[in-house]
Amino acid sequence: MTLAPTFQLLVALAAVAALLLLALAGAALARGPYGRPVVYGGALVVTLLAAVSALTAIPAPTGGLVLPLGIPWIGANLRLDALSAVFLFVVNLGGAAASLYGLGYGRHDHAPERVLPFFPAFLAGMSLVPLAADAYTFLLAWEFMSLASWALVVSHDKEAGNVQAGLVYILMASFGTLALMLAFGLLAGGGGGFTFEAMRAAPPTGWAGAVVLALAMLGAGSKAGLVPLHVWLPLAHPAAPSHVSALMSGVMTKVAVYGFIRIVFDLAGPPDWWWGIPVIVAGAIAGVVGVLQALLQSDTKRVLAFSTIENIGLIFVGLGLALAFKASGFGGAAALAFTAALFHVFNHAAMKSLLFFGAGAVLTATGSRVMDRLGGLIHRMPVTSVAMLIGAAAISALPPLNGFASEWLVFQAILLSPELPAWGLKLSVPAAGALLALAAALAAACFVRLYGIVFLGRARSEQAANAHEVDVFSRAAMLALAGICVAAGLFPGLVIDALQPAVTALVGVRMPAQSEVAWLSIVPVAESRSSYNGLLVFLFIASSALLTAFIIHRLATGAVRRAPPWDCGFPNADPVTQYSAGSFAQPIRRVFARTLFAARERVEMPPPGSLAPARIEITARDPAWAFLFLPLAGLVERIATRANRLQYLTIRQYLALVFGALVLLLLVLALWT
Amino acid sequence: MMANLLVQGTQMLLVLALAPLLTGLVRKVKARLTRRRGASVLQPYRDLARLLNKEAVLAHNASWLFRAVPYLLFAATWVAAALVPTFGTGLIFSWSADLIVITALLGSARFFLALAGMDVGTSFGGIGSSREVMISSLAEPAMIMIVFSLALVAHSTQLSTIASVMVAGVGLRVSLALALVALAIVAVAENGRIPVDNPATHLELTMVHEAMVLEYSGRHLALIELAAQLKLLLFISLVACVFLPWGLAPAGAGAGAVVLGMASYGAKLAAGAVLLAVFETSIAKMRVFRVPDFLGAALMLGLLGTLLLFVSRIL
Amino acid sequence: MDRTLEIAHGTPLDAALSASLVFDVAHLFAGALVLISFLMLYQDRLYALLKVFALQAVVLSLSVGWQALAQDAPHLYVTAAIALVFKAVVIPLALARMVARLGIHRQVETVVSIGPTMLAGIALVALSLVVMLKATAAVGGAADALAREDLAFALSVVLLGLLMMVTRRNAVSQVIGFMSLENGLILAATGAKGMPLVVEISVAFSVLIALIVIGIFLFRIRERFDTVDVDALDRFRGGRA
Repeated sequence: MTLAPTFQLLVALAAVAALLLLALAGAALARGPYGRPVVYGGALVVTLLAAVSALTAIPAPTGGLVLPLGIPWIGANLRLDALSAVFLFVVNLGGAAASLYGLGYGRHDHAPERVLPFFPAFLAGMSLVPLAADAYTFLLAWEFMSLASWALVVSHDKEAGNVQAGLVYILMASFGTLALMLAFGLLAGGGGGFTFEAMRAAPPTGWAGAVVLALAMLGAGSKAGLVPLHVWLPLAHPAAPSHVSALMSGVMTKVAVYGFIRIVFDLAGPPDWWWGIPVIVAGAIAGVVGVLQALLQSDTKRVLAFSTIENIGLIFVGLGLALAFKASGFGGAAALAFTAALFHVFNHAAMKSLLFFGAGAVLTATGSRVMDRLGGLIHRMPVTSVAMLIGAAAISALPPLNGFASEWLVFQAILLSPELPAWGLKLSVPAAGALLALAAALAAACFVRLYGIVFLGRARSEQAANAHEVDVFSRAAMLALAGICVAAGLFPGLVIDALQPAVTALVGVRMPAQSEVAWLSIVPVAESRSSYNGLLVFLFIASSALLTAFIIHRLATGAVRRAPPWDCGFPNADPVTQYSAGSFAQPIRRVFARTLFAARERVEMPPPGSLAPARIEITARDPAWAFLFLPLAGLVERIATRANRLQYLTIRQYLALVFGALVLLLLVLALWT
Repeated sequence: MMANLLVQGTQMLLVLALAPLLTGLVRKVKARLTRRRGASVLQPYRDLARLLNKEAVLAHNASWLFRAVPYLLFAATWVAAALVPTFGTGLIFSWSADLIVITALLGSARFFLALAGMDVGTSFGGIGSSREVMISSLAEPAMIMIVFSLALVAHSTQLSTIASVMVAGVGLRVSLALALVALAIVAVAENGRIPVDNPATHLELTMVHEAMVLEYSGRHLALIELAAQLKLLLFISLVACVFLPWGLAPAGAGAGAVVLGMASYGAKLAAGAVLLAVFETSIAKMRVFRVPDFLGAALMLGLLGTLLLFVSRIL
Repeated sequence: MDRTLEIAHGTPLDAALSASLVFDVAHLFAGALVLISFLMLYQDRLYALLKVFALQAVVLSLSVGWQALAQDAPHLYVTAAIALVFKAVVIPLALARMVARLGIHRQVETVVSIGPTMLAGIALVALSLVVMLKATAAVGGAADALAREDLAFALSVVLLGLLMMVTRRNAVSQVIGFMSLENGLILAATGAKGMPLVVEISVAFSVLIALIVIGIFLFRIRERFDTVDVDALDRFRGGRA
């Protein structure tokens, strides 16, 4: 049963081809004056068109196409179904925003030839992954995406740490691809049916399904940033130029989520009852660990990268709930959980891109990502500060913005889960709910800290005091994304309805149509159970705030006098006396991070009379590094040292090795049957 | 429809009118318990009026956010307080926000207040904000777990539905008892009462809320104080409507039921105020770093309650 | 026939004391005992700990008394009285005197800090819920499910008492952990119908003797080593065996 190519599929393929052409153009024009406008402008047009086309493809019928590329007897199978279309939309929307931002931001790039060719290639790779319909094309596109992003991570190779970040990234990416390759191998089975269609027709049975789940969690989870496979993410994402960071954090992690959904929900057959548990647990742990680490960072982009891990955790909790509900036959609840996860995929793509753009704008304006050198930017960068405030509020899950809407849906899904029969779920779901709530509250703390230190208070350095608002393209990109955050928060019903074709395809049931609910409310299950209306909440708050302001200014007084700050009578003119990033996090570090991250403070107080400065040194370690990767690296090192001896053999010994290997193989062959 | 609209409107004005009185009552009882005469229970109204008519003194580098936050804070708290049933459940807009949203609205209010504390760039503002977010990072999940417990019992996160389920009676449930204890702890912490924070303190390093709003004056301070009073009212109303739902006028009830609801609501508020005052006078403020244990206990109790409900669902 | 029986069987009072209410109250007491066990884990002062322990004993005696009323088992009143007299009054007072006379440091010295201990406590409660509900699934059936939850609560109290003994340094708090463990046993025993009085009394006396023995030991230890910190005892023994 071959599918006919639909118009949208052709558009998507044309977009991929156009992006690849733009990559070539970028390589050719990079040093010239037209490189930046051609590449980013072209990418903007292409991705915008592709995004619109993908949006129309979500409810459209599935299209398929086999191109005579790749492995001869398989070809390149391409397919655009509702799920692919959702992710294609997210990819291209993020791509369009990043291209628009890049038009301005790229001006400050001192080595454009290291960015321009790879940027469209990266977009092309990310667009191709959701289209792939066989293992070969999928892995090819996946690797292409990884390599292009790796090239972008190391594009600023002179900056300290970036090369090491690239190394860790490429290692983890290779590991992830290996895991996915093995997963596809298991799915294809002995028959070698490498097309997704063949895999779907013959899903794995018994333990093979469990291994596929584990491999998908390793492969896609390492790309998405699940703990403890997240270690590369906070190194690599901030190392890239800011619009690429936005793409990596906002979009590429979503492509990884797509990979997970495609394998586990679509190809691996009907789930076992326990499949949800590891996914929920991993998600909940990623949520809390990610946001706690974000709170300990003092580099704006690293804060954002760790916060990505938190949001990925939330998405995986939603997916795990959907798996558990699906396995137990609760279709409606599965649809709710799955919708929540997809909704958050969209939301996080918008919010995180926005926040990275803001961090990039701050970097452009002040030349610094270190929070303790910033401050007071709300006065110097009015547009950026408004957009960032919206982004920060959205990612902190504050109503009526979009982050809250998806989080609310996840909570509603959790509240349906006592019906689940299995013991493991009964215990892990409430614990995951508590961890998610903790993560949400900590996220608010994290973004109060980020925004408060960077944009509020007084400037902590000369550069911050003299910052200027960024160019019009960057501002436009940030405002557009902020608008999306607000719109998706006020009209969550529209997004939910738009996602339903994909939900129906994957879990078999859809959520009740939200368009039929009066007043644009959302009602996930039944009105008596729960409902939420972002628009009305917003209108209530706005109108009562305005009314209050009006009444007070009218009836009481609107007089204002400017004066020096009060500060309990002891104002200090030195901006260093403000709370810093480290001191703001101190209470939370003390409460949460002492056991989890072995965070320690060491205070060196010089004796009275000494002129030496007092120092405070804060150390924290990531348990993933300490207990997993460093021992692993040590092991590899030891094995490599052993293997090193093989390089100092005589020719006769080498020949003996080859001979021995040959004989061994022949023996195996002889004994096999 | 019209009746529900009327109930909603009455409620909005009622909470606004009663909030300062409640704070005044708490202060009065506390004063009497410590053998002081204390100010009149109407003193908070006078304070608000006085503050409203004063000019607002702003620090030189205060931004627009600093000026906007009091209005946002007040509006968010007011909307949240208007959605918690006080004397009757027939609130016309109760479906627009469930208990999770109400919790999150308070979270929004706190988010912006913490930002405002950092706006002027003083060390006191920073200390207040940083401690506030530490406290809220535990109080908020505890609150969510309490909401979970209630929602699992009532099969709904809608506060009006929960209240009507509670009126109908669900029996004595251990998880609800745990939720009540946890809610009491969260309420104490959220409102900055002793032993977590001291609402009457100034010029002390232990203060949290007061440190955060130190730079505010005039009408801005009036709004912040009123928002704090509304929040106290909100939590007492919440406890009353969930755990003592007797006397609540059902939706579409006649005038008699409404009057009864008002009377019982007044009694519940007064009881809550007296209890709070007694509790506050009989306990000492704890060190800041003892607070996480206190709130952690609330989180654990909430989680335990939820867990019990999850487990007992097979019954 | 005494009054309790009248309440239990068909008088007008019966309506008030319907089966579900009897059950709910017993259940609530069991839950309260678990809650108080958590409160004990939370305390960081010895005197406060003793007070909370006394509170637990009071709730326990209420719970036992309620069971006596509900099951119409007058001998359980004796148990309740024993709990009230010894555990709520005598033992806390004795321990308080010991603390005062020995000049023990008034803070509860913990091995693991309070937060993680509480977390571990939650995990233990979850564990005992799973174990008890599973183990009794065959016996109880759906109707008796809440009774099984009571058993799970009793096990939780036992485990939390043990947890307290494990995570506290001071010998006095270990004694209290032991006593609260015993409270859990009594809760389990009275919930099950038909526990003989002899067993009750012997349990109560054994606990009392344990207290005396421990008390004597405390004095002796104190005399010899000048501390009741059990870690210090380990050091005297020449490291942990």
